[in-house]
Amino acid sequence: MSSPTASTTLDTATTGLAPTSSHRNSLWWDAFRRFKKSRVGVISFFVIIAYITVAILAALGLIFPNAQMPNQAEAYASISWSHPFGTDIFGRDILGRAVHGIVTAISIGLLASTLSLVIGLVLGALAGYFGGKVDGFVVWLYTTVDSIPYILLIPSLTFVLGRGLINVFIAVGLTSWVTTARLVRGEFFKHKNREYVIAAHAIGAGNRRKIFGHILPNVAHIAFVQFGLGFVSAIKIEVILSYLGLGVDPSQPSWGLMIDDAKNELARPYWGNLAAATLFMFGLILAFNLFNDALREALDPKMKNK
Amino acid sequence: MRRTLYMIPILIGVTLLTFVLFNIFGGDPAQRFAGKHATVEQVQTIRAELGLDRSLPEQYLFFVKQIVTFDYGRSWASKQLISTMITDGLSATLSLTAPAFFASILFCIGLALFSVYGRGTIFDRGTVVVCLALLSISSLVYILGLQYLLAFKGGLFPISGWDPSLTGRWEYLALPWIILFVLNIGPNILIYRTVIMDEAFQDYVRTARAKGLAEKRVYAKHILKNAMIPIITVIVIEMPFLITGSVLLENFFGIPGLGGTLIKALNDSDFPTIKAFTVISAMTYMIFNLLADVLYSLVDPRVKLS
Repeated sequence: MSSPTASTTLDTATTGLAPTSSHRNSLWWDAFRRFKKSRVGVISFFVIIAYITVAILAALGLIFPNAQMPNQAEAYASISWSHPFGTDIFGRDILGRAVHGIVTAISIGLLASTLSLVIGLVLGALAGYFGGKVDGFVVWLYTTVDSIPYILLIPSLTFVLGRGLINVFIAVGLTSWVTTARLVRGEFFKHKNREYVIAAHAIGAGNRRKIFGHILPNVAHIAFVQFGLGFVSAIKIEVILSYLGLGVDPSQPSWGLMIDDAKNELARPYWGNLAAATLFMFGLILAFNLFNDALREALDPKMKNK
Repeated sequence: MRRTLYMIPILIGVTLLTFVLFNIFGGDPAQRFAGKHATVEQVQTIRAELGLDRSLPEQYLFFVKQIVTFDYGRSWASKQLISTMITDGLSATLSLTAPAFFASILFCIGLALFSVYGRGTIFDRGTVVVCLALLSISSLVYILGLQYLLAFKGGLFPISGWDPSLTGRWEYLALPWIILFVLNIGPNILIYRTVIMDEAFQDYVRTARAKGLAEKRVYAKHILKNAMIPIITVIVIEMPFLITGSVLLENFFGIPGLGGTLIKALNDSDFPTIKAFTVISAMTYMIFNLLADVLYSLVDPRVKLS
């Protein structure tokens, strides 16, 4: 079974020792060990770190400080050492724009998936733990939000909130918590009557302690995986929204805006914008997808002996 | 029956959410509608015309009446009847989405089954990595890139266009079909692979093997048959995608379907059209979810609908 307590019983059986107080940590340690074994997972982890480093350097203005500066004299310059992807219609270095696009992408991914994770965890935990009226309300809320397609809901929200980076992440975060809430709710239903929760109750743990201290750590693997998935989908949504003219401000560097520019440049043919935006996005999202995949397998208790 | 009645509170939730977004937070639509240079009297007339001078509860009841009678009034932008716009667009949208949707389902179930059959092999790992790679490219890039390569450069398909007759439109639909098919490969294979993999570790599979069934027979007769239950559920829940899933494609290829109408409505702040679309897609979503539940209970005798 997928119960986290199974590992300790197994350990006790094989080693003949009583479970120590660190048994909860050893579950995470197990997952870490399994993750380390996945070469793809480790490599993609370092790729993500590299992206984050570049994003921080760009945000601090240490690399490509002039990426937003128009320079009409150099419009549509061809590929050279100083402009590996050429320049765009305003003479801005495309490589620099793409690098600054990482900052936009990562901040949207980070903020939107944090927001949706918090909403999803709290609502899912409350619904699953308390059941009854609370559950009814949460299910009603997420079914309502879920029944409106995101291509309508997010533009409507950005329409109300206005354009811009912060509004895009609020809109995406407010609309993408449904899966997390649904999964966490299901797990809480399963866990709330397990022995370890009843035991915690018997020694006097209150609701808050049972939810956050006992059950939540046991469903945290869902949170990790959902965070990664949310990160990826937030970046993809931002690209589409910006392309549709509903996303970040046109003055901001964004891969979606670069692809939008490319739409009119392909026939001429200027490939720089499309190539740079696609390449940078591909690297980040693929690394994240592979990382998520390795993480999910490492955290899956069913994969324990594989 | 109870599940059918449950649609009512969800629908109320959807209408409330749409109403709050557009009628309360959306600013003054009459001002927007009249344009920058309208006089105060003109704005007042328009407000009366659109029913915006009435109280909010009255406006909400009017909105609910529109939904119940399927009479959504006229578009602010084109002055057309919205119900006509929707029925007109539906045929174009469905002839784009339906063939690609079902073709990709068949293809992906087959490939996912082979992938699970050879789990752990190069083929299986390769399939997963390719799917993740496919998922790492923005759908915009597929559309732009394939349109450029196959239509603009290759000349194999018309770049865009439309023939309203049922027999003439296939020429224009071929390339969008290919793109939609490719777009669906990544997510579909990964979902089906997970579902089939879940079944492959069940006890009944071990029993089937233990009694000496050939591996191929275990897959064809036991695993696939049981996996079809969750797979059909996934497919039915994804059905509303047939209506909302081709927004970008229609926009790029000039196909006069619902997606194109929607993007135009978003750009024009055409509230009545956006509201109609929101409510209709939410209803479609709910109906197909209900259908999935009913199917589930028919196929799986363990599930009883209360």
